[in-house]
Parts: sequence; structure tokens; C-alpha cells
Amino acid sequence: MREALDPWTFIWAAYAIGVGGTALMIGWSLISMRAAERRRERSRER
Amino acid sequence: MHGFANPARFLRIARWLMPLLMVSGVVLAAASLAWGLFFAPAEGLQGETVRILYIHVPSAWLGMGGWTAIAVASLTELVWRHPLAGIAARAVAVPGAVFTAVCLVTGSLWGRPAWGTWWVWDGRLTSMLVLLFLYFGYAALAQAASGAGQGGSRVPAVFGLIGAVNIPIIHYSVLWWNSLHQPPSISVGKSAMAVDFLVPLLIATVGFSLIFGGVVLARMRAILADIQAEARLRRKAGAAA
Repeated sequence: MREALDPWTFIWAAYAIGVGGTALMIGWSLISMRAAERRRERSRER
Repeated sequence: MHGFANPARFLRIARWLMPLLMVSGVVLAAASLAWGLFFAPAEGLQGETVRILYIHVPSAWLGMGGWTAIAVASLTELVWRHPLAGIAARAVAVPGAVFTAVCLVTGSLWGRPAWGTWWVWDGRLTSMLVLLFLYFGYAALAQAASGAGQGGSRVPAVFGLIGAVNIPIIHYSVLWWNSLHQPPSISVGKSAMAVDFLVPLLIATVGFSLIFGGVVLARMRAILADIQAEARLRRKAGAAA
């Protein structure tokens, strides 16, 4: 006998993980890029 | 190819290409996910859970595509000594690992209602998990090698080439061994998938691929900036001594 599971719980969880993971990756990459480019500018000024 | 070996020329291109890839990728991915979530039909056998396809399949393809890119960049670095190839390979490791992890987690979330289990140790799932560990290993090796001078970058490059053995294993695992995972529905030039599912899936794949490209360019810019800052500080320290 198959369990009656609500498919939407799994669908929303999958979309949240996919979208959240992608958003975090984009944010982290942009922040680390800006920080590295600021470090390069500071090294030019010193 | 060596025309792009000049970091200044690469940065000029990356400055406008990176935001273009990011914005167009986010728009396409968001549109395809909304399509998959609210407008695409449910499937006869799997019902509503088929909607996980639009996240899971592009993530799987990009996880595998990421390692293929690492292997090609590693070969380019080892054979032609292209100065940006090693940086490109390092930049691919994080998005590749993220998409592989998303593929594994969303696959598990799909497996529970579809198969009745979160996980099975079959060929497809296990080889995909091995790919995630390969990404972790590559990222750690590349990080360690970044402080070891020119010769150090050859170690992650060799690791990148050897790890590519896992890509055909992932692809053919569902044909070689018994698996709960279905065989491929799409191959080059043909598809067993209905158009209603195929179109949003292809748009999602293009969208996430553009995001992947944008993230790789952003990470390449970060790695290049770090190398340039460190070289400049070292030169100044040398001059002051």
C-alpha cells in the first residue's frame, strides 16, 4: 500500500532549496568579487 | 585562444558580460520555474511531483557540465599553459558543487513521494554523490595549491582530469546497472518527453546555465584581483626591504 503524501510539500521544499541555493551562490560570488577588487585597489594606493 | 590569455583583455570582456549573463539567467530561470510550478501540466504517472524536474534536471546537467569544464580547462592548462585556464577551473568548482548538491537534495525530495524512499545506494545516486565529494576535493586542492606557486596548480589540474572518469559513469549508470532512477529521456537530437514538459525544462536549463556562466566570471574576477593584489604587495615589500 502506498502512503498518501502531499506532493506540494516536496515540490515547495525542492524549489526553496534550488532557488535559495542559487541566490546564496550569486550573492556570495558578487560579494567576494567586490571585496577582492577593493583589496586590489587598496594595494595600488599603498 | 591565447588572445584571451591577457588578464586585462579578459577583465574588459568580463565587466560587461558577467552582469548580462546574471540578469538574463535570473529572468529566464525565474520565468521557467514559475511556468513549471503554476502552468505546466501534472504528469499521468507521477502527478504533481514532476514539477521538481525543472530544478532537478538542470542542476544535474550543470553539476556534470561543471566537471567537464574543469577537465577541459585542466587539459588546456597542462598542455598549452594557458594562464587563465587554471583560474577558470578553480572558478567552476563552487557553482559546480552547488548545483550537484541541489541535484542530490531535490532528487531525494522527488524520490520520497515517487519511489517511497529518500535515498538508495544505486549507481546513479552514488556516482552523483561521488561527484560532490570530487568537487570538495578539487576546491581544497586548488586552495592549497594557490599558495604553492606556478607548479602547484598542476596538482588540481591532474585531479580535474582524473575525476572526469566519473562523468561517463554517471551518464551510463542507469543503463549499466539496475536502478530506481529512470533512464535518460533526452539525448542529443531526440527526446521522449512531451513538449509541455520539454519547453520549460529547456528554458530553465538555459537560464541556470547563464547564471552558472555569470558566477564563473565573477569568481574569475575575484581570483584575478586577489592574485594581482598579492603580487603588488609582494613587489612593494621587496622594494622596501
